[in-house]
Amino acid sequence: MKAPKDDKIVELLKQSVRPSESALPRDLWPQMLGRLQQRSPAVPWFDWALLAALALWLCFAPSAIPLLFYHL
Amino acid sequence: MLLLEQQPDLQSQFAHGDLDAFEALFRQFQAEVYRWIVRIVRDPGVAEELTIETFWRIHRAHARFDPTRNFAAWARRISTNVALDHLKSAHPYESLPEDVPAAASPNPGVERDRRERTARAFRQLPAKLQVAATLALIEEEPYKDIAEALGISVGAVKLRVFRALRILRKKLGEMGIEP
Repeated sequence: MKAPKDDKIVELLKQSVRPSESALPRDLWPQMLGRLQQRSPAVPWFDWALLAALALWLCFAPSAIPLLFYHL
Repeated sequence: MLLLEQQPDLQSQFAHGDLDAFEALFRQFQAEVYRWIVRIVRDPGVAEELTIETFWRIHRAHARFDPTRNFAAWARRISTNVALDHLKSAHPYESLPEDVPAAASPNPGVERDRRERTARAFRQLPAKLQVAATLALIEEEPYKDIAEALGISVGAVKLRVFRALRILRKKLGEMGIEP
C-alpha cells in the first residue's frame, strides 16, 4: 500500500520526530500508591438513586421528616 | 517458570480487588507499559504520567478483568487508549524539543526548520492516524500487534497508515517540503 515516494516521507519522519527513550527511568509505584490513596472510592450509582428517592419522598411528604429522624 | 505458575493466581487475586496482587502486577508490567506509551507520545515525562493513568484505569476496572486472559495484552490495550486520549487533547503546535539529534547537513538551520515543520505536520494528524503511523512507520511494530492494541483489524490499521501518509504528503506539499 506504500508508494516509493512514501519511503522518503517515512525517512523524513524518522529524522523529525523525537526518538523514544524506552527504558523506564525509575520505579513508579510510589506515585501510583499516592494516586490510589488520593482518590476516594466512587459512590455506587444505586446509593445515589436511593438518596434521590429519599430526597423526593421528603419533598412530597415533609411530615415524614420526624419519622425518619425517629428511625435513624 | 514459578512466575508463570503464579500468574493466574495473581491475576485472579487482582480481579477480586487485592491491592498486593495489583502491586505485583504493576511492578511486573510498568516498564512494558511505559515503553509502549513512550513510543506513541515520544515524551518520557508524559509517558510516566500516562503509565500511572493506565494503571489507575486498570485498578478501577479490576472487577471486569477475566483472570484467564492475558494481562499484558489487556494493559497494552488500555495504555493505547490512554495515549490516544492524550494525543487528542495535546497541542499540535508545540515546538520540536532540543534533544532531537542534528543531521549532517550543509545548512543545519534549514534542516532543523524542515524537520520541525515535518514533526508539526505529523502532530496535526488526527490522533488515531498518528498512533497507527507512529507505531507502524516509525517504530516498525508488526501490524498484528498494532491491531490488537487498538482493538481493530489489521486491514483497518493499514487503512489508517495509508490515510496518514496521504494527509502528510499533502500537508508537506503545502508547506513546500520535498521529502
